[in-house]
Amino acid sequence: MIPNVAPAPADSAPATAAAAVQPKSGQRAAFSKISASRLFASPGGVAGVVWLAALVVASLTAQWWLPYKTEDQDFTAVLSGPTAAHWLGTDELGRDLLSRIFAAAAGTLGTSLITVIVGVVLGTALAMVAAGRGQTEGGISRVTEVMMSLPGTVIILAVIGAVGTNIPLIMAILGVLISAGIYRVMLGQAKSLQSQLYVDAAKVDGVSTLGISLRHVLPGLTNTIVVQSALIFAVGMLIQAGLAFIGFGPPIPQPSWGGMIQGASQHVYDAPWLMVPTGAVLALTVLAANAIGSALGKAPNTGVSHLPSAAARGQRSVAAGAAASVAEAGAIPAKGHLSVRGLSVGVDGGTPLVTDVSFDVGPGTVLGLVGESGCGKTMTALSLLGLLPAGVSATGGQILWNGKNLAAATEREMEGIRGRDIALISQEPMRALDPMFTVGYQLTAAIRRLRKVGKAEAHAEALSLLEKVGIVDAKRILKTYPHQISGGMAQRVAIALALSGRPRLLVADEPTTALDVTVQAEILSLLRSLVKDTGMSVVMVTHDLGVVADICDNVAVMYAGQVVESGGTANILDNPRHPYTLALLAADPHANTAADMPERLATISGQVPQPKDWPTGCRFMARCQFAGSACAAPVPLLPSGSEDGVVRCVKADELAVEGLEWLATEVPTHRVLKIVEKDLA
Amino acid sequence: MSIETAERQDTAPVAPEQPMLEVKDLLVRYGRGRKAAAAPAAVDGVSFSIRPGETVGLVGESGSGKSTIGKAILGLQKSAGGTISYQGKDITYAGAAERRALGGELRAVFQDPNSSLNPRQSIGASLAEPLRIRGVTAAVAREKAEAMLERVGLPREAVDRYPSQFSGGQRQRIAVARALICEPKLVVCDEAVSALDLSTQAQVLNLLADLRDELGLSYLFIAHDISVVQFLAQRVVVLYRGQVMESGPAAAVTESPKHPFTQALVAASPVPRPAEQAERRMLRESLGVRTAAAVAGSPGGCPFSQRCPLATELCTAERPALRRVGAADVACHYA
Repeated sequence: MIPNVAPAPADSAPATAAAAVQPKSGQRAAFSKISASRLFASPGGVAGVVWLAALVVASLTAQWWLPYKTEDQDFTAVLSGPTAAHWLGTDELGRDLLSRIFAAAAGTLGTSLITVIVGVVLGTALAMVAAGRGQTEGGISRVTEVMMSLPGTVIILAVIGAVGTNIPLIMAILGVLISAGIYRVMLGQAKSLQSQLYVDAAKVDGVSTLGISLRHVLPGLTNTIVVQSALIFAVGMLIQAGLAFIGFGPPIPQPSWGGMIQGASQHVYDAPWLMVPTGAVLALTVLAANAIGSALGKAPNTGVSHLPSAAARGQRSVAAGAAASVAEAGAIPAKGHLSVRGLSVGVDGGTPLVTDVSFDVGPGTVLGLVGESGCGKTMTALSLLGLLPAGVSATGGQILWNGKNLAAATEREMEGIRGRDIALISQEPMRALDPMFTVGYQLTAAIRRLRKVGKAEAHAEALSLLEKVGIVDAKRILKTYPHQISGGMAQRVAIALALSGRPRLLVADEPTTALDVTVQAEILSLLRSLVKDTGMSVVMVTHDLGVVADICDNVAVMYAGQVVESGGTANILDNPRHPYTLALLAADPHANTAADMPERLATISGQVPQPKDWPTGCRFMARCQFAGSACAAPVPLLPSGSEDGVVRCVKADELAVEGLEWLATEVPTHRVLKIVEKDLA
Repeated sequence: MSIETAERQDTAPVAPEQPMLEVKDLLVRYGRGRKAAAAPAAVDGVSFSIRPGETVGLVGESGSGKSTIGKAILGLQKSAGGTISYQGKDITYAGAAERRALGGELRAVFQDPNSSLNPRQSIGASLAEPLRIRGVTAAVAREKAEAMLERVGLPREAVDRYPSQFSGGQRQRIAVARALICEPKLVVCDEAVSALDLSTQAQVLNLLADLRDELGLSYLFIAHDISVVQFLAQRVVVLYRGQVMESGPAAAVTESPKHPFTQALVAASPVPRPAEQAERRMLRESLGVRTAAAVAGSPGGCPFSQRCPLATELCTAERPALRRVGAADVACHYA
């Protein structure tokens, strides 16, 4: 779980999981406000809106301010350029261009709006119906495919032939033709909204299909609707101008942009100016519509990626190097021994995410990093590989591995270590595998790159690796694509991939969380036998204390970016010294059998604090049942008395002597539930 | 059985002649046409019942059909056969109107607290929706929403906020509030605590237990984690590839499982006590259950036969019927 480092989208659970209720200012997350702020955040959008608004206002008030009527002819100034009398010049009959352009604007914009309304309403409605009912989707899709294959120009010309130049009707028909395309765009989105759990919840409520479409699907489509409308508006305007240009515009004395451009085209040699004002207004209006569309369509978080760019990581190394040189160099650990000393990780120039974390992993041992989401365990693990997200870096301390301080290593040095010395397996095995290539291709490519061997040898090695991770029909699996294998199988393949560089240290980030318990047990057994056979060491990030009990030799319990307790697994789990460890164990239903299952599980009140809210004293104080005044001062890690165990609690000894237990919290006092009374109005 | 569980059952309003929910020989197939008919059914002849005030746990691996059963009960998935009756009334093929007539007595809490609330609706609007479609006025619905939020341990002011302003655990509380706001009798909890951290999971489990004791609710509690099920459920139904392997009192099924699959499932769930876990691991490895990656079960036989250490020719040839072994019903020739 990555804590709030990058501006995470609202629906990303882990990032917000630790967040308490945020302050209430400006949170009307109503859609309109988001898109309006997005619109006015972009200069193009502002310019577009200003231009369109000015055009509409000017056009609607034209009769009061325009200097001439559209059909007024001034034979003293035919085909003139801009003059004091005619600001934008005149046409071949001496009519004032300014007056004609603005008088035509309202009609052009209005009829283009017809296309937008017809196209978008029809397309969206069809998409919502199709997404809501599986049976109708096939039928509607076929019809729209037929519509898209019809020659639009021919149909429009045929309509003009039959009913004459009825501009609103023509634009409406254009809207119907365009709706097929809109339907295509909307359908995918509507279907994904339909599959959301809150739609299921609404169905359980008994909300009708129409109600679901209007209340739960339509609001999600609004963004696309607005963007599409802006673009179609521009298309409608251009097509309308095109029709007027070939003579299918409003009847002759009436001005239209297309007709004026057509008139201008006949005087392109003797009066080139004539083309400029109308052309410019048309072009600007189309541009304005497009600018609004692209301003609204811009995703709020573009460019924020999960993994950092090489450049960003390069900067990170520099920062860490400076910090590390300050840190005191301890004894250099033996080969294959990882020693993390006082490691701190933080957002660049700001909040710390992990502070003063120290642990050791000897060859052939497994260390568990355990804690809830938002405790910094994944950040700690990623820092071992130099894979911290962009904008996050190691700000202090040392990661000593084979005589090198990885916290200060450059990106180039890390490239030589990652995959070869230290490998990663992640929670989602599917993310480690590229869906476009077969398992065999990905595995042999990794082996060839990391071990510098030939193709045949790599293939043989891939087979033996797959067998090593317990895959029986390795030959068949080599030929499959990642989506064709189960989650457990994919995790085995991901482990094989991690082993391809013969790593001495494996960083496993919740490797079994997404798997069934039976498969989890198999993967843990596999990891255990790999550790035994190869002597590699493992840093296992997990939130499951059962997994810790199963595979870890040592464990470091993390809370709010600190190690609160560490030591041998048996010591910590059987005889926890820190109240947080005590509480986690009491809250775990796995710690109890059916026979001694308590009526209420112990809970920890409140939330893991956000990094910016960490107190200077004990970070667990606010949630601790045993907190006292002594807890407000900073707490050092002190020996816990058992082997090399340490604990970060001033009251640890006191608690151990009194044998205190973390108790289940009391039943809330306000048990009276007014709602229960049968008073449904 | 523990004293607590016994008490819970005693305090429940017992009406044995009429179960709250009865599922009989339920059959669900995914897809349409001949191809779907040829594929193994997602849910294949599952039967169980829930008494008033009782919690039944539905456990199994991913793909065992446990969520599909929940969806079929809620009318979110079409059944291909069998019956689902709610308080004696057949609701297997109930349409939207009939479902609405159930009056919100049958409700659901889903797994993912992030997507089970519409991000564009305020909490108040989400909570009021089931009431509003039953004709409750906006003011009354709001008042009830506020009271319900308070009941699940959230401030009343939360009605005006949006889902993104709450943590995962808080959102799941809101989802519980939403399910309970129209006074249901039966709540289907589909992996309702699986996405939560330990301490939050414990909070939500306690809340569900409190509300059950207080309101006499029945739960169908669907989860992959047998320990979580054990905390809440009086009876447990174990599923494998759409079929019931074992069902019976929670203590019997989890403490002394009779079916080889239940044994494997219980043994694989790790406990946070290193010495005991080492023993369990040895026990699990001695069971000799083959990996799930093995080929699909034979069509006529026991679905677990390909992985089962006890399997014989009989198991691949004939599907074992559920029969009473001790306190539980077990579908195994050799239990």
